[in-house]
Amino acid sequence: MSKVGIASYGITKFSKDDSKIESVLLKSTKKLFDNSPNLSRNDIDAVLVSTNNNSKYLSAILSEMSGIEPKIAHSIESLCNSGTNAIISAYSYIASGLADVVLVSGAERYDSPGQILEWDNSRGEFKHPIFWASIFTKAYKREFSVTDEELAIVPVKNHKQSQNNPNAFSDKTYSLEDVINSKKLTDDLRLLDCSRPCTGGASILLASENACRRFTDEPVWITGIGQKTTSAGFTKNMAFSSMESTQFAASTAFKMSKHNVNDVDVAEVHDAFSVCEPMALESLGFTDKGKGMDMIKELYTTNNLKINPRGGLIGSGHPLGATGIAQTIEITQQLQSCANKRQVENAKIGLVHNMSAAATSSTVLVLER
Amino acid sequence: MNFESELKKGNFIIAECIYCKKIVWPPSEFCNQCFKEVSWRKGSYEGTIIEFSKQNENYFCLVEIENTIKIIGKVSSGIPNTGQHVKIERCGIKDENYYFEMSLL
Repeated sequence: MSKVGIASYGITKFSKDDSKIESVLLKSTKKLFDNSPNLSRNDIDAVLVSTNNNSKYLSAILSEMSGIEPKIAHSIESLCNSGTNAIISAYSYIASGLADVVLVSGAERYDSPGQILEWDNSRGEFKHPIFWASIFTKAYKREFSVTDEELAIVPVKNHKQSQNNPNAFSDKTYSLEDVINSKKLTDDLRLLDCSRPCTGGASILLASENACRRFTDEPVWITGIGQKTTSAGFTKNMAFSSMESTQFAASTAFKMSKHNVNDVDVAEVHDAFSVCEPMALESLGFTDKGKGMDMIKELYTTNNLKINPRGGLIGSGHPLGATGIAQTIEITQQLQSCANKRQVENAKIGLVHNMSAAATSSTVLVLER
Repeated sequence: MNFESELKKGNFIIAECIYCKKIVWPPSEFCNQCFKEVSWRKGSYEGTIIEFSKQNENYFCLVEIENTIKIIGKVSSGIPNTGQHVKIERCGIKDENYYFEMSLL
């Protein structure tokens, strides 16, 4: 099987802009072309769009607006992990030989319909994500004797790290007191514990090994892929203080990459809410159950950027369909040693963790330079 | 008979596969194990609190019923605890959303 690599990327600033979804898609695609002087429109065999937006036929629209006439063009939606699902679809087209070069473009608006899963009636009147996040947080705090004050380190760290990300939604740092004193959404969740819906776009170009080398001198290879969907409904989760789908996806991705968690130099994990970061670190195997906050505290106090160097979802903002692609771009930049002030020294192996709907579905990617 | 038409009337019914001898949740016409048609029966209105939190003055809780079904509902009064038994006091459909109101036992 041919290796599949990342040949280029483009990303917009995440904001509250009231832009049309087509415009958001086009902006990051334009940036990708700006970054790839050797890329011609004729090189692109497939255009995949990742979004939860209700507009139709967006991949054909993006293709037309970009002057591309691809063989394959369609959209991919899987709530918050649409982006990595689209990347894996692109990978599969290339690995199967159906395409050689694939453009993946993710975009979302701040008012995305993907924030609420209307189907999930087991949640009763409590369909907004703040309610599953409150249940996760309460269960995690109870099981591992963690306090709100301890969890508040996650947004403090991630907003701080996002200040070196020019595309981040967040434009300021916060103290532990700021987090604790921010608007109380429930007894277990404050406003600053939440990633914020926003408008943003991220595009990435995947290509076969030979094609990749035509577009970049520093390809980054996707060497591990793991995915698992345990259910659609939040209440079907077997545990509320760990992420079963993430454990499974990580194990599959590491097996495929022939690496283990100790080999990972840098990772973007899906911190949709504060509690998700320690839960994800534990479920990915970075640390033992209940020890996620110890690891985060250590990273924060030593200014170690290993986890969520771009600020994660909490610092960068969460434009659903673009998030998984933006995470993958960050790890690509880290492995190419071009992440500027966010750079983790000598990063060779990176990991992306992207999930949907209270971890009912997870994707894990292992990337290598 | 189907789940939603009964829920609209305030009744909580359960889909069960008589072949697989299992509850099918979320409610569906067909068993998710054998795809045979389910049969409907009155559900137990009693359950156990797995987890809870509070928004403003209102507690909400994740409740398990008949060791299978998990739903989130409002607590009508009192302070809940994990492991505590509750009863569905009211249920129905409002603004296209299901709602369940639990009283503490």
